Amino acid sequence: MAKKTYIQAITDALDIVLEDDPKTLIFGEDVGKNGGVFRTTQGLQEKYGEDRVFDTPLAESGILGLATGLGLTGWRPIPEIQFMGFSFEAVDQIAGQLSRMRFRFDGLKTAPVTIRTPYGGGTHTAEMHADNLENFFTGIPGLRVVMPSNPYDAKGLLISSVENNDPVLFMENLKLYRSMKDDIPDGKYTVPLDKANVIREGNDITIVAYGAEVNEALKVADTLAEKNVSVEVIDLRTVSPIDTETIFKSIEKTHKVVIVQEAQKMAGVGAQVASAIAEDAILSLDAPIGRVAAPNSVYPFALGEDIWIPRAKEIEEKVNEILNY
Amino acid sequence: MANKTIVDFEAIKNNLSNVSKPIQVLNENAEITNQEIFDTFSDDDLVEFMKKMVWERALHEQTMNFSRQGRMGFYAPTEGEEASEMGTVLAMKKQDYLLPAYRDVPQLIQHGATVTEAYLWSRGHVVGNKFKARSMMPQIIIGAAYVEAAGVGLGIKKNKEEDTIAFTYTGDGGTSQGDSYEGMNFAGAYQAPVLFIVQNNGFAISTPRVKQTAAPTLAQKAVAAGIPSVQVDGMDILACYAVAKAARDYMVAGNGPVMIETLTYRFGAHSSAGDDPKRYRTKDQEQPWFEKDPLIRLRKILTDKGLWSEEQEDKLTDEYKASFKDAIKEADSVPADTVSDMLKRTFEIPTPEMKKEIDKFEAKESK
Repeated sequence: MAKKTYIQAITDALDIVLEDDPKTLIFGEDVGKNGGVFRTTQGLQEKYGEDRVFDTPLAESGILGLATGLGLTGWRPIPEIQFMGFSFEAVDQIAGQLSRMRFRFDGLKTAPVTIRTPYGGGTHTAEMHADNLENFFTGIPGLRVVMPSNPYDAKGLLISSVENNDPVLFMENLKLYRSMKDDIPDGKYTVPLDKANVIREGNDITIVAYGAEVNEALKVADTLAEKNVSVEVIDLRTVSPIDTETIFKSIEKTHKVVIVQEAQKMAGVGAQVASAIAEDAILSLDAPIGRVAAPNSVYPFALGEDIWIPRAKEIEEKVNEILNY
Repeated sequence: MANKTIVDFEAIKNNLSNVSKPIQVLNENAEITNQEIFDTFSDDDLVEFMKKMVWERALHEQTMNFSRQGRMGFYAPTEGEEASEMGTVLAMKKQDYLLPAYRDVPQLIQHGATVTEAYLWSRGHVVGNKFKARSMMPQIIIGAAYVEAAGVGLGIKKNKEEDTIAFTYTGDGGTSQGDSYEGMNFAGAYQAPVLFIVQNNGFAISTPRVKQTAAPTLAQKAVAAGIPSVQVDGMDILACYAVAKAARDYMVAGNGPVMIETLTYRFGAHSSAGDDPKRYRTKDQEQPWFEKDPLIRLRKILTDKGLWSEEQEDKLTDEYKASFKDAIKEADSVPADTVSDMLKRTFEIPTPEMKKEIDKFEAKESK
């Protein structure tokens, strides 16, 4: 057991899967000698050699085409897309190819590929580096989308993703990379790919969140606890699939829900959660579904992020509104 | 004003057109234009080549018949491309990987899929993709096979598989897609054993080759990625086979990728789904290519040698067509797919939500 950052937890997981399974391969832009632009793969090429951990030419479709082909020849690729905004270059390989392999071949050929990629706002990057693109990628059948909110989950979810025999898009939150530390057990452990986590128990209202917004929701829970309001916080952990059972169980108890996401409000994860509740659990509620999401503009330039991304303040306002309905 | 004294760009551009003539063994008049390569073939080889082209022509004719009867789904006609397709695929070994495009169904069958599976692929049934061959399904996205082939080639290399390479196909239109460059560039960077084949049949649906790119040849597109490439007379099966075999030998000796551009022609429509070539090309433009029909030149050589006859060819064609009729009957007997199976095929471990969907459809389907 040691205190580790989100990045260190990911490096730890990669080290374990490289050690455990000689068929795993890590590749992407600058992941070799440089250890990745965030040092997530630091030391891995040195330890496992250039055959297992290697740099690629600068082309995302090529990187994921490589993953599809390596998967066909018996390898278990863990490609990195350096920033999630660059994944648009590889949409055919993700949506048109990798995610369809099992379906196409009825399991005779598969794509056991875990795509790692950093995303998320608040660190004032250049354009196309920070967008929350899960709204886009959760619309792809055959692809799991994983968004850990803390170092412990990051390690356990990444090991589960690599061991899964289907493609997984593993989204690493940029803002969380070095901003928090958890006690991380040494060695291997897994966190399931279809189970949300009730990260804080409460009775008065449920906040459903994922990624960096989980910490914001926990801040709100702390603030409201001082006012004797008991908030339950659910961390989705995976946004495809979404564990609706855990959400329904919670709102049966609290009768109120606020769904929080850092992404734009349109056509996305929060909308999916709201629709699932409306379809199958609406009678548990005694107030409208509350939603907190980013505005439906294009993702802002760096200087616009602070007024655009919803954080604890906006969540608290919405929670109070629903509580006082 | 152009200043030639700094850089003569016009001269550099003009120099791009100085390329070697396409490799040819037998010209359209059945004259041997490369005796050295021709002498590498035995009489039996020549007969085998002819049989394969007759097989592909028969497959095309019978499939078009089925198509007119409404018994096929998507079909991309192959008439005219027999030398390019059979010549290259005959250079493959069973352990090689194939990444075909949608017009390369005959190669997929040669590499181990059954005709029944090919027909089911055309109709849109999953059993059509359940062939045992080391092959992807015919790729619809025209550049995708190239990036995937780079990965297959690298996988072969990492597996240390001896005497094994990847074959992949696209068309003249496919070379315009960014993926075709990315795939070649990756394979070049890793020196992965991939044979990139461009079947330049003159048209990307209706868009002629000259509108596709300013590059004088498509073979040149490999040069920028550091890959040796060559143009071949795609109506000459002897040249297509010889070059594909030479490329394969070069790669199994431990070398990196090769690209071949075959100069061929699609005699018919882009697909059987309503494309009409009369909209974009004239009879006068087509006629010279019809005269280059790959079957004509080899048939003449073989007939002159006393190794082939019209009766023999007719008999073979009838036999092949009879086997295709058996194949489509077999395809007819495959049970229809179910929605619950579609859901089950999506993930190895269904998500909780999908489990409910599966239960729902299974209940419906059992009624």
